[in-house]
Amino acid sequence: MDIELMLKVYPFFLKAAWITILLSVLTAGLGLICGILGASARLSRFSIVRFLGAAYVSVFRGTPALIQLFILYFGGPQIGIQLDAFEAGVIGLGINAGAYMTETIRGGIISIDRGQREAARTLGLSRWQTTYKVILPQAARLLVRPLGVNLNMLIKATALVAAISVIELTYTAQRYIGSTYKPFEMFLLAGVLYMIIIYATGRGVAWLDRKVRIN
Amino acid sequence: MGLDFSIVPDYLDIILLGVAWTIGITVASALLSFVGGIFFAVIALYSPWIIRQPFRLIEWVFMGTPLLLQLFLIYFGLVQIGIDLPAFVAGIIGLGLHFAVYNSELIQTAILAVDKGQMEAARTLGLSRGEALRKVVVPQAVNAVIPPIGNNMIALLKDSALVSVIGVSELTLSAQRVIGKTYRPFEFYLVAAAFYYVINLCMEWVQRKIERRIAVSR
Repeated sequence: MDIELMLKVYPFFLKAAWITILLSVLTAGLGLICGILGASARLSRFSIVRFLGAAYVSVFRGTPALIQLFILYFGGPQIGIQLDAFEAGVIGLGINAGAYMTETIRGGIISIDRGQREAARTLGLSRWQTTYKVILPQAARLLVRPLGVNLNMLIKATALVAAISVIELTYTAQRYIGSTYKPFEMFLLAGVLYMIIIYATGRGVAWLDRKVRIN
Repeated sequence: MGLDFSIVPDYLDIILLGVAWTIGITVASALLSFVGGIFFAVIALYSPWIIRQPFRLIEWVFMGTPLLLQLFLIYFGLVQIGIDLPAFVAGIIGLGLHFAVYNSELIQTAILAVDKGQMEAARTLGLSRGEALRKVVVPQAVNAVIPPIGNNMIALLKDSALVSVIGVSELTLSAQRVIGKTYRPFEFYLVAAAFYYVINLCMEWVQRKIERRIAVSR
Protein backbone atom coordinates (compact mmCIF):
# COMPACT_ATOMS: atom_id res chain seq x y z
CA MET A 1 0.00 0.00 0.00
CA ASP A 2 1.30 3.40 -1.01
CA ILE A 3 0.87 5.45 2.17
CA GLU A 4 3.02 8.29 0.88
CA LEU A 5 0.76 8.81 -2.12
CA MET A 6 -2.32 8.68 0.08
CA LEU A 7 -0.92 11.36 2.36
CA LYS A 8 -0.15 13.48 -0.67
CA VAL A 9 -3.64 13.35 -2.20
CA TYR A 10 -5.88 13.19 0.86
CA PRO A 11 -6.41 16.99 1.07
CA PHE A 12 -8.14 16.77 -2.32
CA PHE A 13 -10.38 14.01 -1.00
CA LEU A 14 -11.25 16.09 2.07
CA LYS A 15 -12.26 18.98 -0.15
CA ALA A 16 -14.33 16.63 -2.30
CA ALA A 17 -15.99 15.22 0.82
CA TRP A 18 -17.29 18.71 1.61
CA ILE A 19 -18.86 18.85 -1.84
CA THR A 20 -20.48 15.47 -1.19
CA ILE A 21 -21.83 16.76 2.14
CA LEU A 22 -23.13 19.96 0.53
CA LEU A 23 -24.77 17.94 -2.26
CA SER A 24 -26.35 15.62 0.31
CA VAL A 25 -27.74 18.47 2.40
CA LEU A 26 -29.23 20.33 -0.58
CA THR A 27 -30.58 17.13 -2.13
CA ALA A 28 -32.12 16.06 1.18
CA GLY A 29 -33.80 19.47 1.55
CA LEU A 30 -35.24 19.40 -1.97
CA GLY A 31 -36.16 15.72 -1.57
CA LEU A 32 -38.05 16.45 1.63
CA ILE A 33 -40.02 19.26 -0.04
CA CYS A 34 -40.85 17.00 -3.02
CA GLY A 35 -41.69 14.18 -0.61
CA ILE A 36 -44.12 16.30 1.41
CA LEU A 37 -45.76 17.61 -1.78
CA GLY A 38 -45.85 14.10 -3.24
CA ALA A 39 -47.38 12.57 -0.10
CA SER A 40 -49.98 15.35 0.04
CA ALA A 41 -50.85 14.61 -3.58
CA ARG A 42 -51.04 10.85 -2.95
CA LEU A 43 -53.48 11.47 -0.06
CA SER A 44 -55.49 14.20 -1.76
CA ARG A 45 -59.30 14.24 -1.92
CA PHE A 46 -59.14 14.71 -5.69
CA SER A 47 -58.53 11.63 -7.83
CA ILE A 48 -56.64 13.59 -10.53
CA VAL A 49 -54.16 14.88 -7.93
CA ARG A 50 -53.81 11.39 -6.46
CA PHE A 51 -53.08 10.08 -9.95
CA LEU A 52 -50.38 12.73 -10.52
CA GLY A 53 -48.77 11.82 -7.20
CA ALA A 54 -48.83 8.12 -8.05
CA ALA A 55 -47.39 8.81 -11.54
CA TYR A 56 -44.55 10.87 -10.03
CA VAL A 57 -43.61 8.04 -7.67
CA SER A 58 -43.96 5.34 -10.29
CA VAL A 59 -41.91 7.07 -13.01
CA PHE A 60 -39.11 8.38 -10.79
CA ARG A 61 -38.76 5.14 -8.84
CA GLY A 62 -39.21 3.07 -11.99
CA THR A 63 -36.27 4.43 -13.97
CA PRO A 64 -32.58 4.72 -13.06
CA ALA A 65 -31.55 7.93 -11.29
CA LEU A 66 -28.53 8.06 -13.59
CA ILE A 67 -30.79 8.31 -16.67
CA GLN A 68 -32.89 11.00 -14.96
CA LEU A 69 -29.71 13.00 -14.34
CA PHE A 70 -28.62 12.59 -17.96
CA ILE A 71 -32.01 13.71 -19.29
CA LEU A 72 -31.89 16.81 -17.11
CA TYR A 73 -28.24 17.72 -17.66
CA PHE A 74 -27.63 16.70 -21.29
CA GLY A 75 -31.21 16.85 -22.59
CA GLY A 76 -32.27 19.93 -20.63
CA PRO A 77 -30.73 22.48 -23.04
CA GLN A 78 -32.91 21.07 -25.86
CA ILE A 79 -36.03 22.14 -23.99
CA GLY A 80 -34.53 25.38 -22.71
CA ILE A 81 -33.26 24.25 -19.30
CA GLN A 82 -29.60 25.28 -18.89
CA LEU A 83 -28.07 24.06 -15.64
CA ASP A 84 -24.48 23.60 -14.57
CA ALA A 85 -23.51 20.12 -13.42
CA PHE A 86 -23.87 20.86 -9.71
CA GLU A 87 -27.34 22.39 -10.08
CA ALA A 88 -28.47 19.54 -12.32
CA GLY A 89 -27.13 17.10 -9.73
CA VAL A 90 -29.01 18.67 -6.83
CA ILE A 91 -32.28 19.06 -8.76
CA GLY A 92 -32.11 15.62 -10.42
CA LEU A 93 -31.21 13.74 -7.26
CA GLY A 94 -33.62 15.82 -5.15
CA ILE A 95 -36.62 15.03 -7.34
CA ASN A 96 -35.58 11.38 -7.43
CA ALA A 97 -35.16 11.18 -3.65
CA GLY A 98 -38.50 12.96 -3.28
CA ALA A 99 -40.26 10.04 -4.98
CA TYR A 100 -38.86 7.62 -2.38
CA MET A 101 -39.63 10.03 0.47
CA THR A 102 -43.20 10.43 -0.81
CA GLU A 103 -43.84 6.77 -0.07
CA THR A 104 -42.09 6.96 3.30
CA ILE A 105 -44.09 10.00 4.41
CA ARG A 106 -47.35 8.60 3.07
CA GLY A 107 -46.68 5.39 5.00
CA GLY A 108 -46.13 7.36 8.19
CA ILE A 109 -49.31 9.36 7.77
CA ILE A 110 -51.60 6.43 6.98
CA SER A 111 -50.18 4.48 9.91
CA ILE A 112 -51.78 7.01 12.29
CA ASP A 113 -55.00 5.54 13.58
CA ARG A 114 -58.14 6.64 11.71
CA GLY A 115 -59.83 7.30 15.04
CA GLN A 116 -57.47 10.23 15.59
CA ARG A 117 -58.77 12.01 12.51
CA GLU A 118 -62.38 11.12 13.28
CA ALA A 119 -62.05 12.30 16.88
CA ALA A 120 -60.44 15.61 15.84
CA ARG A 121 -63.14 16.22 13.24
CA THR A 122 -65.85 15.40 15.79
CA LEU A 123 -64.30 17.96 18.14
CA GLY A 124 -64.88 20.57 15.46
CA LEU A 125 -61.36 20.92 13.96
CA SER A 126 -61.25 21.62 10.24
CA ARG A 127 -59.55 19.24 7.79
CA TRP A 128 -56.40 21.40 7.74
CA GLN A 129 -56.32 21.79 11.51
CA THR A 130 -56.73 18.03 11.91
CA THR A 131 -53.87 17.35 9.53
CA TYR A 132 -51.46 19.94 10.91
CA LYS A 133 -52.26 19.78 14.64
CA VAL A 134 -53.18 16.14 15.14
CA ILE A 135 -51.93 13.85 12.37
CA LEU A 136 -48.57 15.39 11.35
CA PRO A 137 -47.11 15.84 14.85
CA GLN A 138 -47.75 12.14 15.48
CA ALA A 139 -46.54 11.02 12.04
CA ALA A 140 -43.37 13.13 12.22
CA ARG A 141 -42.13 11.16 15.23
CA LEU A 142 -42.62 7.88 13.40
CA LEU A 143 -40.92 9.22 10.28
CA VAL A 144 -37.46 10.01 11.68
CA ARG A 145 -36.10 6.49 11.31
CA PRO A 146 -37.51 5.63 7.85
CA LEU A 147 -36.49 9.05 6.50
CA GLY A 148 -33.05 8.32 7.95
CA VAL A 149 -32.92 5.24 5.69
CA ASN A 150 -33.85 7.47 2.72
CA LEU A 151 -31.08 9.86 3.75
CA ASN A 152 -28.54 7.03 3.89
CA MET A 153 -29.50 5.95 0.34
CA LEU A 154 -29.42 9.54 -0.85
CA ILE A 155 -25.87 10.13 0.41
CA LYS A 156 -24.67 7.10 -1.52
CA ALA A 157 -26.67 8.20 -4.57
CA THR A 158 -24.78 11.52 -4.69
CA ALA A 159 -21.93 9.45 -6.20
CA LEU A 160 -23.94 9.39 -9.45
CA VAL A 161 -23.16 13.03 -10.17
CA ALA A 162 -19.58 11.91 -10.81
CA ALA A 163 -20.97 10.79 -14.18
CA ILE A 164 -21.82 14.40 -15.05
CA SER A 165 -18.39 15.57 -13.77
CA VAL A 166 -19.28 17.18 -10.45
CA ILE A 167 -16.02 17.07 -8.51
CA GLU A 168 -17.25 15.20 -5.43
CA LEU A 169 -15.75 12.17 -3.68
CA THR A 170 -16.41 9.47 -6.26
CA TYR A 171 -15.31 11.68 -9.16
CA THR A 172 -12.12 12.54 -7.27
CA ALA A 173 -11.44 8.85 -6.57
CA GLN A 174 -12.09 8.02 -10.22
CA ARG A 175 -9.71 10.77 -11.38
CA TYR A 176 -6.91 9.64 -9.08
CA ILE A 177 -7.43 5.98 -9.94
CA GLY A 178 -6.98 6.98 -13.57
CA SER A 179 -3.84 9.05 -12.99
CA THR A 180 -2.09 6.92 -10.33
CA TYR A 181 -3.29 3.37 -11.11
CA LYS A 182 -3.76 2.78 -7.38
CA PRO A 183 -7.44 1.78 -7.12
CA PHE A 184 -7.24 0.23 -3.64
CA GLU A 185 -5.58 3.24 -2.05
CA MET A 186 -8.02 5.68 -3.66
CA PHE A 187 -11.00 3.50 -2.77
CA LEU A 188 -9.77 3.39 0.82
CA LEU A 189 -9.54 7.19 1.03
CA ALA A 190 -12.96 7.83 -0.51
CA GLY A 191 -14.59 4.84 1.19
CA VAL A 192 -13.47 5.87 4.68
CA LEU A 193 -14.79 9.39 4.12
CA TYR A 194 -18.14 8.05 2.88
CA MET A 195 -18.40 5.75 5.87
CA ILE A 196 -17.62 8.61 8.27
CA ILE A 197 -20.35 10.74 6.65
CA ILE A 198 -22.86 7.89 6.72
CA TYR A 199 -21.95 6.84 10.27
CA ALA A 200 -22.26 10.41 11.57
CA THR A 201 -25.60 10.86 9.80
CA GLY A 202 -26.84 7.58 11.25
CA ARG A 203 -25.90 8.68 14.77
CA GLY A 204 -27.62 12.01 14.18
CA VAL A 205 -30.80 10.27 13.04
CA ALA A 206 -30.74 7.91 16.05
CA TRP A 207 -30.27 10.89 18.39
CA LEU A 208 -33.18 12.77 16.82
CA ASP A 209 -35.33 9.65 16.95
CA ARG A 210 -34.68 9.24 20.70
CA LYS A 211 -35.36 12.89 21.26
CA VAL A 212 -38.77 13.01 19.58
CA ARG A 213 -40.04 9.62 20.67
CA ILE A 214 -42.66 9.49 23.39
CA ASN A 215 -42.63 6.53 25.70
CA MET B 1 -32.87 22.80 -30.90
CA GLY B 2 -36.34 21.34 -30.44
CA LEU B 3 -37.30 17.73 -30.00
CA ASP B 4 -37.48 15.29 -32.88
CA PHE B 5 -38.46 11.71 -32.16
CA SER B 6 -38.73 10.72 -35.84
CA ILE B 7 -35.09 9.52 -35.93
CA VAL B 8 -35.58 7.12 -33.01
CA PRO B 9 -36.62 4.10 -35.16
CA ASP B 10 -33.37 4.37 -37.19
CA TYR B 11 -31.33 3.55 -34.10
CA LEU B 12 -33.73 1.16 -32.42
CA ASP B 13 -31.55 -1.88 -33.20
CA ILE B 14 -28.66 -0.47 -31.14
CA ILE B 15 -31.03 0.39 -28.29
CA LEU B 16 -32.66 -3.05 -28.35
CA LEU B 17 -29.25 -4.73 -28.19
CA GLY B 18 -28.62 -2.58 -25.13
CA VAL B 19 -31.92 -3.76 -23.64
CA ALA B 20 -30.83 -7.38 -24.14
CA TRP B 21 -27.52 -6.67 -22.38
CA THR B 22 -29.28 -4.91 -19.52
CA ILE B 23 -31.60 -7.89 -19.01
CA GLY B 24 -28.68 -10.33 -19.23
CA ILE B 25 -26.58 -8.40 -16.74
CA THR B 26 -29.52 -8.01 -14.37
CA VAL B 27 -30.32 -11.73 -14.44
CA ALA B 28 -26.69 -12.79 -13.99
CA SER B 29 -26.12 -10.32 -11.14
CA ALA B 30 -29.40 -11.35 -9.52
CA LEU B 31 -28.33 -15.02 -9.53
CA LEU B 32 -24.94 -14.09 -8.05
CA SER B 33 -26.68 -11.96 -5.42
CA PHE B 34 -28.96 -14.88 -4.37
CA VAL B 35 -26.09 -17.33 -4.02
CA GLY B 36 -23.88 -14.71 -2.37
CA GLY B 37 -26.71 -13.62 -0.10
CA ILE B 38 -27.33 -17.15 1.16
CA PHE B 39 -23.58 -17.67 1.61
CA PHE B 40 -23.15 -14.42 3.59
CA ALA B 41 -26.25 -15.16 5.69
CA VAL B 42 -25.09 -18.67 6.58
CA ILE B 43 -21.69 -17.30 7.61
CA ALA B 44 -23.25 -14.53 9.68
CA LEU B 45 -25.63 -16.90 11.49
CA TYR B 46 -23.80 -20.20 11.80
CA SER B 47 -20.04 -19.67 11.64
CA PRO B 48 -17.56 -19.14 14.48
CA TRP B 49 -16.76 -15.60 15.57
CA ILE B 50 -13.32 -15.49 13.95
CA ILE B 51 -14.72 -16.28 10.47
CA ARG B 52 -17.66 -13.91 10.93
CA GLN B 53 -15.56 -10.82 11.55
CA PRO B 54 -13.92 -10.35 8.13
CA PHE B 55 -17.31 -10.86 6.50
CA ARG B 56 -18.87 -8.26 8.77
CA LEU B 57 -16.19 -5.85 7.61
CA ILE B 58 -16.99 -6.65 3.96
CA GLU B 59 -20.71 -6.10 4.58
CA TRP B 60 -20.01 -2.86 6.38
CA VAL B 61 -17.88 -1.54 3.51
CA PHE B 62 -20.42 -2.58 0.86
CA MET B 63 -23.31 -0.95 2.71
CA GLY B 64 -21.41 2.20 3.63
CA THR B 65 -20.01 3.20 0.25
CA PRO B 66 -21.65 4.00 -3.10
CA LEU B 67 -22.07 1.23 -5.67
CA LEU B 68 -20.37 3.37 -8.33
CA LEU B 69 -17.22 3.60 -6.20
CA GLN B 70 -17.32 -0.17 -5.63
CA LEU B 71 -17.56 -0.76 -9.37
CA PHE B 72 -14.45 1.39 -9.94
CA LEU B 73 -12.60 -0.57 -7.26
CA ILE B 74 -13.54 -3.96 -8.68
CA TYR B 75 -12.94 -3.05 -12.32
CA PHE B 76 -9.63 -1.22 -11.88
CA GLY B 77 -8.55 -3.16 -8.79
CA LEU B 78 -8.74 -6.52 -10.55
CA VAL B 79 -6.65 -5.12 -13.39
CA GLN B 80 -4.06 -3.92 -10.89
CA ILE B 81 -3.64 -7.37 -9.34
CA GLY B 82 -3.27 -8.84 -12.83
CA ILE B 83 -6.81 -10.14 -13.45
CA ASP B 84 -7.97 -8.58 -16.70
CA LEU B 85 -11.69 -9.28 -16.81
CA PRO B 86 -14.02 -7.91 -19.47
CA ALA B 87 -15.95 -4.90 -18.17
CA PHE B 88 -19.28 -6.73 -18.14
CA VAL B 89 -17.89 -9.50 -15.90
CA ALA B 90 -16.54 -6.89 -13.48
CA GLY B 91 -19.95 -5.20 -13.63
CA ILE B 92 -21.79 -8.43 -12.82
CA ILE B 93 -19.41 -9.20 -9.93
CA GLY B 94 -19.82 -5.67 -8.55
CA LEU B 95 -23.62 -5.60 -8.81
CA GLY B 96 -23.90 -9.19 -7.59
CA LEU B 97 -21.74 -8.68 -4.50
CA HIS B 98 -23.36 -5.36 -3.65
CA PHE B 99 -26.85 -6.87 -3.68
CA ALA B 100 -25.67 -10.11 -2.06
CA VAL B 101 -24.90 -8.06 1.05
CA TYR B 102 -28.39 -6.54 1.04
CA ASN B 103 -30.02 -9.94 0.35
CA SER B 104 -28.00 -11.46 3.18
CA GLU B 105 -29.52 -8.98 5.64
CA LEU B 106 -33.03 -9.96 4.48
CA ILE B 107 -32.29 -13.69 4.62
CA GLN B 108 -30.85 -13.41 8.13
CA THR B 109 -33.90 -11.51 9.37
CA ALA B 110 -36.24 -14.04 7.77
CA ILE B 111 -34.46 -17.06 9.29
CA LEU B 112 -34.35 -15.44 12.74
CA ALA B 113 -38.03 -14.54 12.43
CA VAL B 114 -39.09 -18.19 12.12
CA ASP B 115 -40.26 -19.14 15.59
CA LYS B 116 -37.69 -21.01 17.72
CA GLY B 117 -40.40 -23.51 18.60
CA GLN B 118 -40.37 -24.73 14.98
CA MET B 119 -36.76 -25.85 15.27
CA GLU B 120 -37.33 -27.34 18.72
CA ALA B 121 -40.41 -29.24 17.55
CA ALA B 122 -38.60 -30.60 14.51
CA ARG B 123 -35.65 -31.70 16.66
CA THR B 124 -38.01 -33.35 19.13
CA LEU B 125 -39.59 -35.29 16.28
CA GLY B 126 -36.14 -36.73 15.54
CA LEU B 127 -34.94 -34.57 12.64
CA SER B 128 -31.25 -33.65 12.67
CA ARG B 129 -30.26 -29.98 12.89
CA GLY B 130 -29.49 -29.86 9.17
CA GLU B 131 -32.74 -31.59 8.26
CA ALA B 132 -34.75 -29.31 10.53
CA LEU B 133 -33.14 -26.28 8.90
CA ARG B 134 -33.65 -27.54 5.36
CA LYS B 135 -37.13 -29.00 5.73
CA VAL B 136 -38.76 -26.81 8.37
CA VAL B 137 -37.05 -23.46 8.94
CA VAL B 138 -35.83 -22.53 5.45
CA PRO B 139 -39.11 -23.18 3.57
CA GLN B 140 -40.90 -20.83 5.96
CA ALA B 141 -38.15 -18.22 5.75
CA VAL B 142 -38.23 -18.36 1.93
CA ASN B 143 -41.86 -17.23 1.84
CA ALA B 144 -41.08 -14.28 4.08
CA VAL B 145 -38.01 -13.26 2.13
CA ILE B 146 -39.29 -13.35 -1.46
CA PRO B 147 -41.20 -10.02 -1.49
CA PRO B 148 -38.35 -7.87 -0.10
CA ILE B 149 -35.78 -9.65 -2.28
CA GLY B 150 -38.04 -8.82 -5.23
CA ASN B 151 -37.68 -5.16 -4.31
CA ASN B 152 -33.91 -5.57 -4.26
CA MET B 153 -33.97 -7.11 -7.73
CA ILE B 154 -35.96 -4.16 -9.08
CA ALA B 155 -33.37 -1.85 -7.50
CA LEU B 156 -30.67 -3.99 -9.14
CA LEU B 157 -32.22 -3.44 -12.59
CA LYS B 158 -32.02 0.32 -12.11
CA ASP B 159 -28.52 0.20 -10.64
CA SER B 160 -27.35 -1.85 -13.63
CA ALA B 161 -27.28 1.51 -15.46
CA LEU B 162 -24.15 2.32 -13.43
CA VAL B 163 -22.03 -0.28 -15.24
CA SER B 164 -22.21 1.98 -18.30
CA VAL B 165 -19.64 4.11 -16.49
CA ILE B 166 -17.04 1.30 -16.62
CA GLY B 167 -17.81 0.77 -20.31
CA VAL B 168 -20.38 -2.03 -20.47
CA SER B 169 -22.56 -1.57 -23.58
CA GLU B 170 -25.89 -2.01 -21.86
CA LEU B 171 -28.94 0.18 -22.37
CA THR B 172 -27.51 3.40 -20.91
CA LEU B 173 -24.22 3.22 -22.78
CA SER B 174 -26.04 2.22 -26.00
CA ALA B 175 -28.16 5.35 -25.66
CA GLN B 176 -24.97 7.34 -25.08
CA ARG B 177 -23.40 5.89 -28.23
CA VAL B 178 -26.44 6.81 -30.30
CA ILE B 179 -26.39 10.30 -28.79
CA GLY B 180 -22.73 10.60 -29.79
CA LYS B 181 -23.85 10.17 -33.41
CA THR B 182 -27.10 12.10 -33.37
CA TYR B 183 -26.59 14.82 -30.71
CA ARG B 184 -30.10 14.13 -29.46
CA PRO B 185 -29.65 13.43 -25.72
CA PHE B 186 -33.18 14.24 -24.61
CA GLU B 187 -34.86 11.90 -27.08
CA PHE B 188 -32.61 8.90 -26.62
CA TYR B 189 -32.22 9.08 -22.85
CA LEU B 190 -36.01 9.30 -22.71
CA VAL B 191 -36.25 6.21 -24.92
CA ALA B 192 -33.80 4.41 -22.62
CA ALA B 193 -35.83 5.51 -19.58
CA ALA B 194 -38.98 4.16 -21.24
CA PHE B 195 -37.37 0.75 -21.76
CA TYR B 196 -36.18 0.65 -18.13
CA TYR B 197 -39.66 1.60 -17.01
CA VAL B 198 -41.27 -1.19 -19.04
CA ILE B 199 -38.82 -3.82 -17.73
CA ASN B 200 -39.46 -2.47 -14.24
CA LEU B 201 -43.25 -2.81 -14.69
CA CYS B 202 -42.81 -6.39 -15.90
CA MET B 203 -40.72 -7.22 -12.83
CA GLU B 204 -43.33 -5.67 -10.54
CA TRP B 205 -46.03 -7.71 -12.28
CA VAL B 206 -44.09 -10.95 -11.76
CA GLN B 207 -43.45 -9.96 -8.15
CA ARG B 208 -47.17 -9.45 -7.51
CA LYS B 209 -47.96 -12.84 -9.08
CA ILE B 210 -45.43 -14.58 -6.85
CA GLU B 211 -46.63 -12.76 -3.75
CA ARG B 212 -50.20 -13.79 -4.48
CA ARG B 213 -49.14 -17.39 -4.87
CA ILE B 214 -47.32 -17.27 -1.52
CA ALA B 215 -50.37 -15.72 0.13
CA VAL B 216 -52.50 -18.59 -1.21
CA SER B 217 -50.06 -21.29 -0.11
CA ARG B 218 -50.28 -20.00 3.42
